[in-house]
Amino acid sequence: MAITVSRPKLNWSERLYLPAIAAGMAITIKHFKNMLFGRTKVTMQYPEEKWDSHMPEHYRGAPALVRDDTGRVRCVACQLCEFICPPRAIKIIPGEIPAGDRFAKVEKFPHEFDIDMIRCIYCGLCEEVCPEQAIYLRKDYAITGFTRADMVHNKEKLLEIGGVMHGVVLKWNEKK
Amino acid sequence: MLVEHEQEHDYETLMADPATSAQLVNVQINGVWHQFPKGTRLIEACEQAGSYIPRYCYHKKLTSPGNCRMCLIEMGLPKMGPDRKPELGEDGKPVINWMPRPQISCAQDVSEGLGVRTDSPLAQECRKGVMEFLLINHPLDCPICDQAGECRLQEFSVEYGNAESRFLENKVKKPKNIELGPRVTLDDERCILCSRCIRFCQEIAHDDVLGFIDRGSHSVLTAHPGKRLENNYSLNTVDICPVGALTSSDFRFQMRVWFLKETKSFCTSCATGCNTIIGTRQDAIYRQTPRENNAVNSSWMCDYGRLNFGYLQSDKRLLQPEILSGDKLIAAEWNVAITHAAVQLKHFSGWEIAILASGRMTNEELWLTSRLAKILGVELIDIVPRQGPGDDILLSTDRNPNMNGAQILGVTRWPGARLRDITDGIISGRVKALVALGENPIEIGLTFAQLQALPAFVVMNLLEDESISAATAVLPSFGFAEKRGSMINGKGRLQRLNRSVRGPGEARDDWEILRDLIQAYSGQNSETDSRPGGIHSIEDVFRQMSESFPQFAGLSLSKIGDLGVQIFGTEATR
Amino acid sequence: MDYFFLTISLVKIVALLAVVLGMMNYTVYAERRISALIQDRLGPNRVGPAGLFQPIADAAKFLLKEDFTPGHVNKFYYWLAPCLAMIPAITTLAVVPFGSTLFGVPMVIADINVGVLFVFAIASLGVYGIVIAGWSSNSKYPFLGGVRSTSQMISYELSLGLAVIPVFLLIGQLRLSEVVRYQIEHGWMIAPFVGDWANPHKWLLAIPMMISFVVFTIAIFAETNRLPFDLPEAETELVGGYHTEYGSMKFGLFFLGEYVAMITGSAIIVTLFLGGWHFPSIPDGSHGWGWGLVNIFIFFSKVAVLLFVFIWVRWTLPRFRYDQLMRLGWVFFFEIALANIFLAAIILAYFPQ
Ligand code: SF4
Ligand code: SF4
Ligand code: SF4
Ligand code: SF4
Ligand code: FES
Repeated sequence: MAITVSRPKLNWSERLYLPAIAAGMAITIKHFKNMLFGRTKVTMQYPEEKWDSHMPEHYRGAPALVRDDTGRVRCVACQLCEFICPPRAIKIIPGEIPAGDRFAKVEKFPHEFDIDMIRCIYCGLCEEVCPEQAIYLRKDYAITGFTRADMVHNKEKLLEIGGVMHGVVLKWNEKK
Repeated sequence: MLVEHEQEHDYETLMADPATSAQLVNVQINGVWHQFPKGTRLIEACEQAGSYIPRYCYHKKLTSPGNCRMCLIEMGLPKMGPDRKPELGEDGKPVINWMPRPQISCAQDVSEGLGVRTDSPLAQECRKGVMEFLLINHPLDCPICDQAGECRLQEFSVEYGNAESRFLENKVKKPKNIELGPRVTLDDERCILCSRCIRFCQEIAHDDVLGFIDRGSHSVLTAHPGKRLENNYSLNTVDICPVGALTSSDFRFQMRVWFLKETKSFCTSCATGCNTIIGTRQDAIYRQTPRENNAVNSSWMCDYGRLNFGYLQSDKRLLQPEILSGDKLIAAEWNVAITHAAVQLKHFSGWEIAILASGRMTNEELWLTSRLAKILGVELIDIVPRQGPGDDILLSTDRNPNMNGAQILGVTRWPGARLRDITDGIISGRVKALVALGENPIEIGLTFAQLQALPAFVVMNLLEDESISAATAVLPSFGFAEKRGSMINGKGRLQRLNRSVRGPGEARDDWEILRDLIQAYSGQNSETDSRPGGIHSIEDVFRQMSESFPQFAGLSLSKIGDLGVQIFGTEATR
Repeated sequence: MDYFFLTISLVKIVALLAVVLGMMNYTVYAERRISALIQDRLGPNRVGPAGLFQPIADAAKFLLKEDFTPGHVNKFYYWLAPCLAMIPAITTLAVVPFGSTLFGVPMVIADINVGVLFVFAIASLGVYGIVIAGWSSNSKYPFLGGVRSTSQMISYELSLGLAVIPVFLLIGQLRLSEVVRYQIEHGWMIAPFVGDWANPHKWLLAIPMMISFVVFTIAIFAETNRLPFDLPEAETELVGGYHTEYGSMKFGLFFLGEYVAMITGSAIIVTLFLGGWHFPSIPDGSHGWGWGLVNIFIFFSKVAVLLFVFIWVRWTLPRFRYDQLMRLGWVFFFEIALANIFLAAIILAYFPQ
């Protein structure tokens, strides 16, 4: 259905446009002046100044694998994150924890865990879906590399970024 | 079988019709009257009527012990008047006397005038309660449990269970990660004691190895002392286990089931041709599971066939066509290799050439092979019989999946009868060229030296074996999961293979190789009597084949369907 | 023709070219910084102190980029177009007096008597660069850009030409140095404070001059494809307009050509209406070479102020719609300029000095 928009009636000085143009130019020159004399300050000089200390708790940087207080890699290779990841950045090859291991009860671990940071869109769905509180989006955001291979974070790299996560549920305790 | 379920029947007219009432009984399901044949299990009847009842212990191919209590429903029988006739209500239908307590639906057959409520508040309450009990001691294993994604416990928990547990005590600890047999791993904490696996071993595999020990919440599944679950059907227990208690040691931790692409196919490891689902991801096969086909394999398959796919992804696969140049095999383009083979064969007349075909080839390939034989003028053609121990469950002694196809299509009349002539001919030097299609001539008694002495030895195969280095042309082909085609099983049922993965390297579909070889030899894309159309797809092969063989008349690959077509013999229903 | 004249001319050409090209680079820089400041940003500030070497880095980038010619273009014209965009803009500067005298040499390269006609003749060639670029690129956005540009330039050249007529009615000559001399004697066209400024006749004349100035300036905006008249290259509608298919230094030439055209346009406005190199109470070059340099500096300062206005306008006003642009050109400025000629003529005829 067509909608008729009623146009405002302009008087002659408005129709001349010149006052409006002058007003506009006054506004822009004001911004120019304020900026020139340093009265407005909005731009952060990125590599020298960083936002890191202001980063909010919920910041979504590079996804990373974490260990818990007992030193266990929390991921059990359930591959839910691989499934949920919208750009399919995650690739996991599961493995079986050998019988004698300290964490043999967990049975399964990620033999390989790669996140292709060229693909990752920092959506955080992997963190959200993980049933083991094993993957978190950390505050690292400057992910760079010279080759495509550089940009694939393998398990070691992910654990290095992730570090230790305290206060998570320890459901694989012998008691539980 | 369900006769009517959409329509509501007038009870009086149904009762008055003796013809229908002889085999059919009237059952009221959730207020609607349906008719079912006598002897139908109530749980099945409700499912056919569109009200699925959750179940754990019930399996339609096994007996019903009724021990999981998941299938509880409300049930009632018609109220009988003093004249032993059902009392009719105001709507002219029998009044149902509802039983005060819920009943299990899996151990009950339908009977005349039976009333069922599958979704009443009582039934819902019962399911909720059963779910809560089942989960009391169940571990939080889903992230590492292979069943996750196809787990009944997960599914019914979502549909009928509670979100939270009220259980405060410690869970009962049970043994985990036990090797129950060479191919099956048991996790007792996950077992819900449904006894499906026990009944399968007793009733289907006839190998009574499993049982429960201990009492109450400490009950566990275990193998009888001194026994292991190692019969050739053990992996079926993994399929029917509704939870992740029994897992396949082969598939364990390999891939989550939700990634698997499922392709309907059938097993080519023996003449039975059990129907299967092939689970693949990104061109890798992870597992085969049986698919129900009551004319072939019921719901089962043997472990031997199930696990017999690893060779498709072995590093022995031939990936590149090769031709003999000087005294070495060198990689070649396809057209070069085909032409090379054709030119070599042209040096000899038909009686100097032998063809060794295979009972593992599809009908389409065998038909093209017989065309090739005709064009070459070859008389000396046979397939290699393959025998192995069988049983009276599924596994056949004939380990070739398509011996019937080879016979129907006239590749051989008595399989193996001419193998002698072939070996003798080669040893005596009368036969100068050998075409081996999917078979290793060393296995029929030839030696490597004898093969090497042949002026022309064309091999089409998928795996590298000892004979390959004696070949003058190597044509790498596809395995059963990589191609489409049809085979006829030992009982005369025509079944269809579907492609589930792409072939590796430069290997090619067998029918294409044979078609190209025929074309390179004769210059015609078809057969000698220059039928119009030519062959451009596997459907074309089937069409031309069905024109010459009445057994295939009116069929096409798509008409074969997922369950196959009986083309001779009788349909044996298990 | 003596060698002295030749050498002097050559020196003047090289010097002017150096100044203008340098100015052009820094206009680009200024544009980026000013636009940034207007938008509360900082703009390029990394290369060199305060980003002053940014133009050099940009030039290096343009020169080092792969000089790519798409396969579907008409090669000859595709290569010709960027040159056609640049050359006329620079050539025009030859007749503009950019200073008084230095060591007795007049600071104008060619003080020809048809000065302003020469300007129009050469400047109107600039449209060919754009049209040819649009056509030879053989793709739809450049083509639309070329078409837009043709009609826009033709429409506004009319107003441009008509707007200056009152100036020459008054002076009676087309030589640009004469225009400057007149303004020194009688006051700037739009601000007659010097000379016989008390004469009411001057103030009366300033009315048509003011109108001429406004129309001329706006027409120059249109001629140089500056916002709000940048329809030929409207990024939001036409990707890049006529230079969509261009890359590396060929694109650079279009880009810089636009800035040179701006400088030329400003120089002409300064010469015609703002007193050229003259500034009240500053003597000319005959009082010593120092004053001569100061005059040149004054000229370019005036140009710079105008350039700032160009940039300021660009980052303030939105783009016209095409029909608005055409209506403005034909229905508005054309009529005003025409009426203005009569106004000036009447003043000159009936209100003699
Ligand atoms: S943050 Fe999103 S895109 Fe990145 S790995 Fe996780 S799920 Fe994938
Ligand atoms: S979802 Fe968590 S536990 Fe599962 S694979 Fe990903 S990181 Fe590991
Ligand atoms: S059996 Fe089912 S519910 Fe239990 S751990 Fe496995 S997937 Fe989860
Ligand atoms: S192992 Fe599985 S099939 Fe066997 S009793 Fe337990 S739950 Fe049932
Ligand atoms: S399914 Fe009926 S009791 Fe288990």
